[in-house]
Amino acid sequence: MQNTFFAKNPSILIFIGLLALFTLFVTVGSEATGMGFISTSFVKTLGKTLCLCLIALAMDLVWGYIGILSLGHFAFFGLGGYMIGMWLMYERTRDIVMGSLMNAALPPTPTEIRDAIGGQIFGVVGSNQFPAVWAFAHSLPLQLILVVLVPGLLALVFGWLAFRSRVTGVYLSILTQAMTLALSLYLYQNESGLRGNNGLSGLQNLPHLDAVPQSLISIWFFWASALALALGYLLCAWVVSGKFGSVIRGIRDDEQRVRFMGYSVEGYKLFVFVLTAVIAGIAGALYYPQAGIINPGEMAPIASIYLAVWVAIGGRGRLYGAVLGAAFVSLVSTWFTGGQVPSIPLGFYTVDWVDWWLVLLGLSFVLVTLFAPQGIGGLVDLIAGKLAPNRHGAPLGPDQGSLREEEAEK
Amino acid sequence: MIFKTSGRLAALLCALALAHGTAALAQDGAPTQTETPPQASEAPGEAPGATASAAMPALSPIQSLLQANRDLIEAASRRTIQPAIDALATSGLPQAQSVLEKWQAREMWQRDSDGLFFYAEEVDRDTLRIFDFSTGEPLGDMPEDDFTQLKPNSGIRGLMGAALVSFQLNSDDPAVRGAALAGIERDGDASHLAPLRSVLDKDMDAANRARAERLERLLTVRFGESDAERVEAIGYFNGDLGVDARAALNPLVATTLRVGTTLPEGGNVARTLKVGSDALPRLEAYALLVDNDLAPPLLTVADNRAALEANIVDGQVGGIAVADLDSDETRARAYAALAAEGTVPLAATPDEIDTILDGFTFYETFAEPSALVTDAASDALTGIGTKVGFNQFLDLSLDGLSLASIYFLAAIGLAITFGVMGVINMAHGEFIMMGAYTGYVVQQIIPDYTLSLIVAIPAAFAVTFAAGVAMERLIIRWLYNRPLETLLSTFGVSIALQQLAKNIFGTQARPLTSPSWLDGSFQLNDVVGISYIRIAIFVLALIFLGIFLFIMKKTRLGLETRAVTQNPRMAASMGINPDRVNMLTFGLGSGIAGIAGVAIGLYAKVTSELGADYIVQSFMTVVVGGVGNIWGTLLGATMIGFLQKGIEWFNPANTLAAQTYMIIFIIIFIQFRPRGIIALKGRAAGD
Amino acid sequence: MSQLLEVSGVSVSFDGFKAINNLSFSIGEAEMRAIIGPNGAGKTTFMDIVTGKTKPNAGTVLWGEMSRNLIGMNEAKIARIGVGRKFQRPTVFEDQSVFDNLMMAVKNTRAPWSVLFFKPKFKDIAKVEELASEIGLSDQLKRKSGELSHGQKQWLEIGMLLAQDPRLLLVDEPAAGMTLAEREHTTDILKRTAKTRAVVVVEHDMEFVRRLECKVTVLHEGSVLAEGSLDHVTANPQVIEVYLGR
Repeated sequence: MQNTFFAKNPSILIFIGLLALFTLFVTVGSEATGMGFISTSFVKTLGKTLCLCLIALAMDLVWGYIGILSLGHFAFFGLGGYMIGMWLMYERTRDIVMGSLMNAALPPTPTEIRDAIGGQIFGVVGSNQFPAVWAFAHSLPLQLILVVLVPGLLALVFGWLAFRSRVTGVYLSILTQAMTLALSLYLYQNESGLRGNNGLSGLQNLPHLDAVPQSLISIWFFWASALALALGYLLCAWVVSGKFGSVIRGIRDDEQRVRFMGYSVEGYKLFVFVLTAVIAGIAGALYYPQAGIINPGEMAPIASIYLAVWVAIGGRGRLYGAVLGAAFVSLVSTWFTGGQVPSIPLGFYTVDWVDWWLVLLGLSFVLVTLFAPQGIGGLVDLIAGKLAPNRHGAPLGPDQGSLREEEAEK
Repeated sequence: MIFKTSGRLAALLCALALAHGTAALAQDGAPTQTETPPQASEAPGEAPGATASAAMPALSPIQSLLQANRDLIEAASRRTIQPAIDALATSGLPQAQSVLEKWQAREMWQRDSDGLFFYAEEVDRDTLRIFDFSTGEPLGDMPEDDFTQLKPNSGIRGLMGAALVSFQLNSDDPAVRGAALAGIERDGDASHLAPLRSVLDKDMDAANRARAERLERLLTVRFGESDAERVEAIGYFNGDLGVDARAALNPLVATTLRVGTTLPEGGNVARTLKVGSDALPRLEAYALLVDNDLAPPLLTVADNRAALEANIVDGQVGGIAVADLDSDETRARAYAALAAEGTVPLAATPDEIDTILDGFTFYETFAEPSALVTDAASDALTGIGTKVGFNQFLDLSLDGLSLASIYFLAAIGLAITFGVMGVINMAHGEFIMMGAYTGYVVQQIIPDYTLSLIVAIPAAFAVTFAAGVAMERLIIRWLYNRPLETLLSTFGVSIALQQLAKNIFGTQARPLTSPSWLDGSFQLNDVVGISYIRIAIFVLALIFLGIFLFIMKKTRLGLETRAVTQNPRMAASMGINPDRVNMLTFGLGSGIAGIAGVAIGLYAKVTSELGADYIVQSFMTVVVGGVGNIWGTLLGATMIGFLQKGIEWFNPANTLAAQTYMIIFIIIFIQFRPRGIIALKGRAAGD
Repeated sequence: MSQLLEVSGVSVSFDGFKAINNLSFSIGEAEMRAIIGPNGAGKTTFMDIVTGKTKPNAGTVLWGEMSRNLIGMNEAKIARIGVGRKFQRPTVFEDQSVFDNLMMAVKNTRAPWSVLFFKPKFKDIAKVEELASEIGLSDQLKRKSGELSHGQKQWLEIGMLLAQDPRLLLVDEPAAGMTLAEREHTTDILKRTAKTRAVVVVEHDMEFVRRLECKVTVLHEGSVLAEGSLDHVTANPQVIEVYLGR
């Protein structure tokens, strides 16, 4: 089966191979494990980019393959980040607190330790009590399970409600956006127990590993992200190949038809929605320790729309397209907003790219949607000479199903 | 008359005498007091030289009066001063009021040499500018050492205040009366009651009479002599919405938590409390005992820790190794051991609390001793509470209505572009923002706020209409029937426009000031009120509804729009140019968004994120209401507005939570009505 | 003969307009039936009701030996118990190959989890090949179905319908847009199918209906106007009036 799977999808091996080469290159170039021509902060940027590629994969699965334009996947990404962030913050604070308590005359009682940690973490929101959601924060395995469980459960409940009532298309998008908005507004409150708009910080410091330099930690996370991306790619590729892939693409193109074939469309949608939410959660759990801080702003609806932008620019409906899009746009975005792009003096006005980058991104996005709906992935087709056979009419868009009649009849 | 003249003469003489220095003054002086007793002394009858000034010639009547009461004034005490004040108040002298005022304000001075009273301003530390009471004219600057300031204490000042109030209330000038009443309203006390009552018998203008009657009752509630009178006054306020009524009644039912072994006899006990109930948790009850020295303080963790740390001997505390003291249980044992040695004081342990608490009764007493009054007050407050609750509901409804009209305004453009045309325009919020910024720019050019508003509305419409037409021509028309791609590309426009606005106008909020006639608010009573700007927005929303209905139902454009959206091919074959219609309709929807932007800008600050704040709610409004139906949008806006206000009412401190719960509610609502409140049924609904 | 499907007293209205009015209809196993009627007679709505797409306001739809009521079941469930539907417009999944289209339709368990781990067995592939030869697409299996001609798409859809192995086929205008030869082929497929299953064909084209040689039900304004052989119903004056007007 392995043989046939890879034989049928040669792009998987190419992708994994390129990813491995890239990982090797970064490892060799990093400060901790190689010659040091790639700075630690850039290794972190690359690691984060890989995580964004992973969530883009999830987005492609849910949008490009089953046709749900979810504007809520960054919420799952953020939740994953929060879950791992809770453990990181708890454990790290515990280290610090224990250090100071151990110097006291009496050994601390468990209550004292807990109160001290609570005071450290929640002092900023005027409390020293642990909210109920932190019940498992002391345990890495439990929080790791939550990384998967919390986004998965949220997706399950929301998806069940939404798909059950047959909300589709734009309405579903708006509903997912509303969910994200509700979640981020909820997290903005101090009462939510996750430090309100302060969010969780100091996540780049791994507990018990103070001796390990950030340069090494960054490369560890880079490896983990690369591994997760590779596994995620394999998983997604496996899901979309075969009959399951046929069915979900069928749902994208004409869900009513699939329903009349006896497939419970809602079940498939729910399955994919939850699966991608879990992938997004894992991506978030890898991303935020590299970013160092997470706050509710990260989960604002706009972040999820950017995610859709990446996938669209990369070319939806093909997995490598999503990865390309996420990597390309986020790296270019880092480049522009980092102030590394020279300003353009126009005489009367100087175009400073830090200010104008979003305008450029917005407009280029319009252009891509209008003129290159296949995105960057379309270029791959061109290069491979694998142009779509002339079927008259516009290319197949996932949103409206198969070709419209009048286009096909031309 | 003669007195008056002579008074003036005396003043003149004084003035002349001043020119010769202070030494001259001493000549005409009566025996002076060498030692002035501390003013405001409570001990009566201490005043020496009480009979001194009986027969001063050529004194003005007011000075004579003051001199006649000199003993009382000098040795003023709350208990004894009343006759002097009464004498002044009933003298009928025109200066009596001013004397009382100056006296009350501690501006009355007595000359040590002759005991005459003046009022004075302090010029500097050592110098006074002396004025004569009878004429009000300055007599010149004199050294302070020659005078003694009269410093009435607060009790005396209160008595004077009452007398003054009486003066003012009896004034013929309604404004003065009004001011007196306002003073009592602000800070009434028992002494005001008598003058108020006396003035009620007299003729008065209706407005002031009503105020006076109300005040009389309020004061009776607080200071009335008999319970019956107070209860009757309380009865008047049943169902009264005034803040003053509640302010008068609430202290009556205020309670204090007390503790004792038994309930007190005769005290006005509100209720007894059970320890461990919600109203009185165990630890609070115990803390009360400790505060009243009825029980030893509870050993806190920190105290325990400090005590143990202070008693570490050879790595042990009370026979327990320090290393073992890492649990509350061992620490308690160690402390008990120390306490047994007598090293530390005994402290209550959690187990003992209950036994100690059992011995006491906890109860709340009213500060007001009369049970009749407190009962009446709490009845009245219950009645008021119901009515206030009803009015708050009314107020909340008005808030909800105005929020609904804001959502409606924000959504009505969408109802056209999204509801009628089916085009999902994520940049709709940015059109709202453009409208608001247009209003801001117009205001920079035209400083008159009213005029600029009149100009801004059509200008905003024009700008956003043009933007909408441009967007339709350049982007949207290529993407009809591909809603998700429309969503994404218009989102691209949205982020570009937002950033553009940031680049042009900066990130800080720009003010869009409303004309002064829109300031202030319409106040129905103390509870219900609504600002004019919200009324204006509501009216604007109604106007828009009218315009929308008119355009869609009565105009050629509306007819063509409906035709094109229902069946473009058929419409085209009937000679309608769908391109043109789509363009105009989209422009219209965008233009309305622009006008909404001006309205919202008046109400909120204009920032580049203004539109983004409203976009999700706007889409929700349209979706909840039912796509393609303006009445649905209206209902949707109403529902969301009222809902949000309703949720905020449950948790007023947290508007974020209100929004969160509202969105969750909408998600659940969509479960039951996936096509909105007013759903298109049948085949027209499509898939 | 026991009936496979019994529709009785079904009514449905959209915003006051009665699309189906007290309609009763029944079909036995292994029977072919043609439904004709002018536009707006309620033919498509009738199929919507049977397949669960539209919920009627009143009436029952009973199915099979157990007489289960189909009303209230969702589309997927109705499809799984043996009702297959072909739409008027050919709806095949155009960016997937003919093989994938057919494989998706082949009767197998439909739950997401088992589909995810599904591996085509020999008999599934054989079934696909058999169907492909029946609909004349054997050499097109690897092509994307979007590249097929209109008639081929219609056949592919019929093939997918057969692959589901339904007991009742609801076929909406199968011959629309076909050449004469293609029509004949379609008629053959349908007739052969009707030997083992119930087939309901909705059609406008009288010639096509005549070739099916089956009982005909005429719908008008949401209820049955006439029933019987084609010659019988075409002689009915009411039918003539409905079709030709006064």
